[in-house]
Amino acid sequence: MIGEIDPTIINLTVFVLAVFVGYHVVWNVTPALHTPLMSVTNAISSIILVGAMLAAGSAEADWGAWLGAAAVVLASINVFGGFLVTQRMLEMFKKKDKKGQA
Amino acid sequence: MSVNFIALAYLVAAVFFILSLKGLSSPTAARRGNLLGMLGMGIAVSTTLTITGNWVLILSCIAVGAIIGSIVAQRIQMTAMPELIAFMHSLVGLAAVFIAIAAVNNPVSFGLPEILPAGNKLELFLGTFIGAMTWSGSVIAFLKLSGRMSGAPIIFSGQHMVNLLLAIVMISFGLWFFFSETTNWTAFSTMTAVAFLLGFLIIIPIGGADMPVVISMLNSYSGWAAAGIGFSLGNPMLIIAGSLVGSSGAILSYIMCKAMNRPFLSVILGGFGSDGGSQSTSD
Repeated sequence: MIGEIDPTIINLTVFVLAVFVGYHVVWNVTPALHTPLMSVTNAISSIILVGAMLAAGSAEADWGAWLGAAAVVLASINVFGGFLVTQRMLEMFKKKDKKGQA
Repeated sequence: MSVNFIALAYLVAAVFFILSLKGLSSPTAARRGNLLGMLGMGIAVSTTLTITGNWVLILSCIAVGAIIGSIVAQRIQMTAMPELIAFMHSLVGLAAVFIAIAAVNNPVSFGLPEILPAGNKLELFLGTFIGAMTWSGSVIAFLKLSGRMSGAPIIFSGQHMVNLLLAIVMISFGLWFFFSETTNWTAFSTMTAVAFLLGFLIIIPIGGADMPVVISMLNSYSGWAAAGIGFSLGNPMLIIAGSLVGSSGAILSYIMCKAMNRPFLSVILGGFGSDGGSQSTSD
């Protein structure tokens, strides 16, 4: 059966299920973690890098590939910036905890 | 590498992203969550490298982005965090628009038919306009938060009518693009331009104090844009991660609104039917 399904329907299935997962994983977030969570979500949204790489890596190097290359730069700023900033934020939490314990 | 192996690697990356988001919602697992996110991104990117050409170009572009991103992340003041996040959303939005333009320009290089099927056109249309609105909206959010633009809501009479009209114009051009037999650049570029404008107009009436919610909402948009591009390129990684970000961002902005005791709809719709949003006290 699965072989006969239109790929778009399979994609749609994946999409809807992922939407529900996204909804449930963040529902019980601690208020103090709102900003770090936002930051990590931002970092994950730079998954657009995958699309940018596909655009930049196309065999026929026309101006679309250059546009893709520009998109790779933009998205990778976000990958590195996003995760590193989240890490810095979380390190701040750690220090606070230590002070609290002492 | 076989297509199936790539799909499996993408699945592993997707699981890491889910665990990452899950980790970030509890204080004890937060740091591990961030590491899992990095791991997921590493898997997704290295897997994608095996199916693309132009390694030199791609890797050097990633290196440039990595240097800029790391420097910015190290130097930024902790208090400037929200505006940095806003700035980074704008990059995702713009990247989505670039990819969509590249795909419309040369569908064959993405493994799509030369004449784009209706379904792909619809997905590209969605990905582009959401990406464009994310870009311009995030730029405004960034300018407001960094104090380069007044944090006060900018409101003019008939604002909602103008926005509505622009939305209708944008959708009409999108439909024209959708129904054109060949690649209709006029319709596509006009639609994109109107989406950019609409992004600006939707965010200017929102006050500085409501900005964190807006940033979270724009975050959600950038996820939907990535998912839209994923549909058009038939890439499960983009669809899964995009929709995860899209839905969790939307929920997070709702939770933040509740925490701040602000009505969700009026924040999102730019002070619609309310006092026009609270004003930032820092201005």
